[in-house]
Amino acid sequence: MGDLTPSQTVGPFLALGLPWADGPFVVPEGTPGAITISGRVCDVAGDPVPDALVETWQADEHSRFDHPDDPRGAASSAVPGFRGFARCPTDAAGEYRIVTIRPGPLPSPGGATEAPHLDVSVFARGLLDRLVTRIYFPDETEANGADPVLAAIAEPARRETLIATEAQDGGPGEFRFDIRLRGEGETVFFDV
Amino acid sequence: MSDGLVLPLYGRPDGVHPPLNSPEYRSSQLRAPLRPLVPMPQGLTEVTGPLLGAERVTAADADLTTRHAGEPIGERIVLTGRVLDSDGRPVSGTLIEIWQANAAGRYNHPVDDHPAPIDPNFDGGGRCMTDSEGRYKFVTIKPGPYPWKNHPNAWRPAHIHFSLFGRAFTQRLVTQMYFPGDPLFAQDPIFNSVPDPKARERMIASFSLHLTVPDWALGFEWDIVLRGRDATVFETRADA
Repeated sequence: MGDLTPSQTVGPFLALGLPWADGPFVVPEGTPGAITISGRVCDVAGDPVPDALVETWQADEHSRFDHPDDPRGAASSAVPGFRGFARCPTDAAGEYRIVTIRPGPLPSPGGATEAPHLDVSVFARGLLDRLVTRIYFPDETEANGADPVLAAIAEPARRETLIATEAQDGGPGEFRFDIRLRGEGETVFFDV
Repeated sequence: MSDGLVLPLYGRPDGVHPPLNSPEYRSSQLRAPLRPLVPMPQGLTEVTGPLLGAERVTAADADLTTRHAGEPIGERIVLTGRVLDSDGRPVSGTLIEIWQANAAGRYNHPVDDHPAPIDPNFDGGGRCMTDSEGRYKFVTIKPGPYPWKNHPNAWRPAHIHFSLFGRAFTQRLVTQMYFPGDPLFAQDPIFNSVPDPKARERMIASFSLHLTVPDWALGFEWDIVLRGRDATVFETRADA
């Protein structure tokens, strides 16, 4: 791996290059069965981070990826417009929001089953490399309990930082997932 | 669910990327996690990734000098290179997004308060898809260096921000490209956050007289290398 190009921070001006008008939409708004995941990115002081970018990547409702490296074969979702990927810059309050569908569970190379999840990348000024985390669902207790990635987190209490919550005052399918970059309640980040 | 799922395995970039906690880069001390990263086994979500972009890129997006009524001020440059993985294979059909300051070192962004002029003919963002050989090409102007508040008399070396997807979640990379011979390298904590001096050099483009377009634009070349699939695993699979 000796010749890789190193990572550098996205800096404070990513808005000049990275936001897409349709970025937050894994599926178009109004798609039947769509869910929203929103949350706040905050720093060591608990202050909102207004210049971050949150990206997500996930399987479709049938646990499939439209990708040639999936050994089960590339398969496209039955949900019109599904693309698996979302990208949302945070606003002045540190908030992001994406619109998606619930992914299915996944087989893993070790034979275990991964609970439904989204992979997340966080980019921001102050981060010299992206941070990788995962979003799991609060009503998948049994599947989460058998998930090999959650199980790899040594302290069970920290696993809770990866479980979304049902949004207070929200309707069905509205989830919250806050990301604490540093300090008390720090989100678990992965070396992938 | 099925057993015996065999996935490509992407090698880990040990020792290449900057430590997240780099105290000389002050804002890392507000935002970079304190806890060690948890090693994650690579599964289907990690070895796949968004193969997007072609539908949102036009040929004009790769030329940052022709978007407005007039031409931007500055040194016009042609910037080209290849995107490869660490096994030397070209990464074709992948989206590259760039953004940069103008020739005076000013970003066209409300947060930038550097008292240098905005160029009404330059917005500073571009995108393109790599071709079948992994090649990309942009036409732009050389960005200027600019001061920032990290430490007294701090200046960023001239740079262009690059964002790449590759073909897998593991390959996602955001970085910065620098220009050869910049006298500001020695005092820049972001450039120097990369611990290995040889790795730092891999962020610096080369001037190319060959790529220079006579009477029109200077040429620079910069190859980008993303994580490849682990060679050991390939040998194992070939033997199997």
